[in-house]
Amino acid sequence: MKGYLRADGRKGIRNIILVTYLVECAHHVARAIVANSADNVQLIGFPGCYPNEYSLKIMEGLCTHPNVAGVLIVSLGCEGFNREQLANSIKASGREVDTLVIQKSGGTRKTIAAGVSSVNELVINVQKTELVPMDISELVVGTICGGSDGTSGIGANPAVGHCFDQLVEKDAICIFEETGELIGCEQIMAERAITPDLGEEIMKSVEKAEQYYTKMGYGSFAPGNAEGGLTTQEEKSMGAYAKSGSSKIHGLIKPGDIPSQGGLYLMDVVPDGEPMYGFPNIVDSAEIVEMIASGCHLTLFTTGRGSVVGSAISPVIKVCANPETYENMSDDMDINAGKIISGEATVAQVGDEIYQLVSQVAKGKQTKSEALGHQEFVLTYKSFQPIGPSCLPTAR
Amino acid sequence: MINRYFVLLNKEDNTFVCCKQLLAGASTTLEEVDVTMTADITVGHKIARQAIAEGEKIIKYGVSIGSATKDIDFGEHIHMHNMKSDYIASHTRQSRSGEE
Repeated sequence: MKGYLRADGRKGIRNIILVTYLVECAHHVARAIVANSADNVQLIGFPGCYPNEYSLKIMEGLCTHPNVAGVLIVSLGCEGFNREQLANSIKASGREVDTLVIQKSGGTRKTIAAGVSSVNELVINVQKTELVPMDISELVVGTICGGSDGTSGIGANPAVGHCFDQLVEKDAICIFEETGELIGCEQIMAERAITPDLGEEIMKSVEKAEQYYTKMGYGSFAPGNAEGGLTTQEEKSMGAYAKSGSSKIHGLIKPGDIPSQGGLYLMDVVPDGEPMYGFPNIVDSAEIVEMIASGCHLTLFTTGRGSVVGSAISPVIKVCANPETYENMSDDMDINAGKIISGEATVAQVGDEIYQLVSQVAKGKQTKSEALGHQEFVLTYKSFQPIGPSCLPTAR
Repeated sequence: MINRYFVLLNKEDNTFVCCKQLLAGASTTLEEVDVTMTADITVGHKIARQAIAEGEKIIKYGVSIGSATKDIDFGEHIHMHNMKSDYIASHTRQSRSGEE
């Protein structure tokens, strides 16, 4: 296995150029630049005009991600996003960065032309990126579930848990998340923490999620979950929880925090304080983006109803729990975990299959969603307090 | 797996989970007891492993996933019409359920 070596010492499994717009007003220009550029040029962006510490932190995490070689920032000019700080962070990481401000570049047509030529130059420069040996222990792997049904918790999620156990055993970093989808599992989860103080932090994070979702009036529960046989939040939670496997929990992080030691980490995605900007994560893709900002090279996405999404920056491996869904949507699914519920394979066998695929995708094999061109991206407003010292007991 | 249609996830459970669709009126044998489905049961849905009284906990994966809001018969479909969360209400496209 080989990785693309970045100047900051991190290693990527893809070599991507990002074009990022910093306000919706710059979206069209950024999209047109991407449409006229090479295949490894991808579009991300932030829609709002107001500044927000969280979105800046996430954007910095994404633009300095190990899979990213260089960035073109596209700003309208009058929005609140701190484009100078973003550019400085990217430069400090040793990555190539260029900024175009539409209001200073003569408007739409001229900025698109300037952007295409800037990106072309980036594409040529990053072809020289050095490929170096990379070990499985250097991987950061995330997991989420989307479009869950009554089969998710029986098939796909425990199989991902089995794969996670093997990755953690090899000293890789594994991240699972969505404390709102772990309501009801807080006690058993806290008992897996490597220190009692961390266990207490985990309990508090789930209590926060419960209060937050109660105030919003909805749990993290979609109508499709009910159609697929899931009845309650805690039932969905128990199924989702299985993705974490059986390793000890090494830490509790918030979106954009990057763990430095191998192990299993829980990501607390629910904002701190009174609800200000709406639902914690408006859709699965927003969760994937947060995990990528925390360094995930790839994401294991389990589904029962059948999600089709991929992501910008990091490949998504789709693990399908429901045999009927797999048959119906096999073009979108990388792993058929439906074999578990139909009795053709064990959880361990499918878990091993996922582990093998993780290794192949890390070596460059395209996932189904990558090949189909899925590059979903969602980033909105949130607010967080930094994590406390007991959240990362092993941090050096 | 207790037969080709249902799986028991934990010996403490009072629910079975469907792994192959069974339509209303069809019969099957659950742990040596014959039962006829009173509703269409599709993959991922739950039925009762035993009679469950209103207010009793619904157990799946060996843990409580909510409470019965009505008396539930052996073999009956368990879903939003007869159970609710002990934490937070669930919702469908049309309405919310399980609210007090």
